[in-house]
Amino acid sequence: MRRSPVTTPVGDVVPGWVAAVAVAGAAAVVVPVLVLALQADWPDLPALVTGAAALDALGLSLWTAVASTLVCVVLGVPLALVLARTSFPGHAAVRAVVLLPLVLPPVVSGLALLATFGRRGPVGGPLDDLGLGVAFTTTAVVIAHTYVSLPFLVLSVEGALRVAGARGELAAATLGASANRTFWVVTLPAVAPALAGGALLAFARSLGEFGATLTFAGSLQGVTRTLPVEIYLLRETDPDAAVALSMLLVVAALVVVTAVHSTGGTRGLRAALGRPPRA
Amino acid sequence: MADQGARPGAARSGRTLVAGMVGGVVLLAAGCGAAGGADGDGGRTLDVLAAASLGTVIEEVAADFEAEHPGVRVRLSLAGSPDLVAQVVQGAPADVLATADEATMARVTSDPTLETSAPEAFATNTPALVVTPGARVASLADAARPGTRLVVCAPAVPCGDAALRLADAAGVTLHPVSEELQVTDVLAKVASGEADAGVVYATDAAAALARDPGAVRVVDVPEAAGVVNRYPVTVLEGSPESDLAHAFVDALTGPVGRATLTEAGFGAP
Repeated sequence: MRRSPVTTPVGDVVPGWVAAVAVAGAAAVVVPVLVLALQADWPDLPALVTGAAALDALGLSLWTAVASTLVCVVLGVPLALVLARTSFPGHAAVRAVVLLPLVLPPVVSGLALLATFGRRGPVGGPLDDLGLGVAFTTTAVVIAHTYVSLPFLVLSVEGALRVAGARGELAAATLGASANRTFWVVTLPAVAPALAGGALLAFARSLGEFGATLTFAGSLQGVTRTLPVEIYLLRETDPDAAVALSMLLVVAALVVVTAVHSTGGTRGLRAALGRPPRA
Repeated sequence: MADQGARPGAARSGRTLVAGMVGGVVLLAAGCGAAGGADGDGGRTLDVLAAASLGTVIEEVAADFEAEHPGVRVRLSLAGSPDLVAQVVQGAPADVLATADEATMARVTSDPTLETSAPEAFATNTPALVVTPGARVASLADAARPGTRLVVCAPAVPCGDAALRLADAAGVTLHPVSEELQVTDVLAKVASGEADAGVVYATDAAAALARDPGAVRVVDVPEAAGVVNRYPVTVLEGSPESDLAHAFVDALTGPVGRATLTEAGFGAP
């Protein structure tokens, strides 16, 4: 059992007006989702979300999100390890740039990806000549998802690594373990909860990706039209179906957020605030 | 920093919290109410909602109208026609509404809660095939061939419907690699070279060429002349400014508006 945080009645440490603004803040987040949920046609929801286009979009969203989460893990764990354990010139700059997709407007991320992987881009051009162009393919969707989701994984794992400290790894090295063996046997298990939490957040971010996908990958049923894009399209012709599909994403988001909390995925973050996690 | 200990303090928490909550909600509601906005300078404001494709035309007509009617401010709202219609139906302030097709307009004129003037068609638009410079596409049949990266609007969007009707008229089947949500997305993908060809409106092609003559190449499709989109405009009669609104519609359909529309690539109704 984790230690519960120290709490006080409102008015002792937290002024009443702060609590009031906090309530307004919570309402600002919760009320729109609740109102949308009230608009949803719940009895017809199953029928609304099982149309061919909706199922195609759902399936595509799920598997591209899984694929991009795997790519995020493969690319993100080494990146987090290097950022947490090494120092080199430009370290701070690299760390800042890696987090850039977190704050960039998705349409800007999409334009950047288009410039790079597009047919006239330095990477996309040669690929296109080889017949491996990514424009308008599902691969482009996975690339867009990976780009916007990677910072979540890197942040989670890097934070956990910094908090855990390098003592275990140094001890393993002292006992004669190779760097490779230390990575698999000591480092990875130590950050497993943070890795799981980060992966879930990356998955959720992928599931919700809209702007970069639309800008970079396009929109074709079953190929590049993910659930958020389908919702945006449906909102004009079939608002009920758009709301129904939105509820699907809301539920998925709630499940992910709950899972992140219960698996201790935020342990790295809490630890960073001064309370080391129990091993 | 999360470990700051509890400090003993006055226990007046409950009442303050409730008062604060009420205050917060009132503030929130006030903020929402103010967002509608009314101008307090005594001038008259005309709310004109127009399809995004009318952008430059409606801006010019509005500027002209303001110059001829001192004290009048034209507040423009440019968006996709379905969005505009949804806003009007849900009670957004609107004096004049101009949409990109008659079907969308019908949703406003048939609404029993809204009183409108008879919609007047004031412009037409036709689909156009644009290709990226260097693409070997000389006809709609070339563009429709599998292997050509053709981008159109989704069928649910008016420009996608126009593309389908064009294909029907020309007797070809399109094989798009992407069905975009807005006509500007189609144009952007052709102009960037990502796609080989795209179906947009004649006015979009004209605007793209006006910005950069080398951006795209327009391929003539004879059947396009038969696929006509009519732009209707109507006055929301419930508005206190309906006289002014009628004057604005007259300006749009009159010689000045006509000339501006023609320059932008719109056809006569």
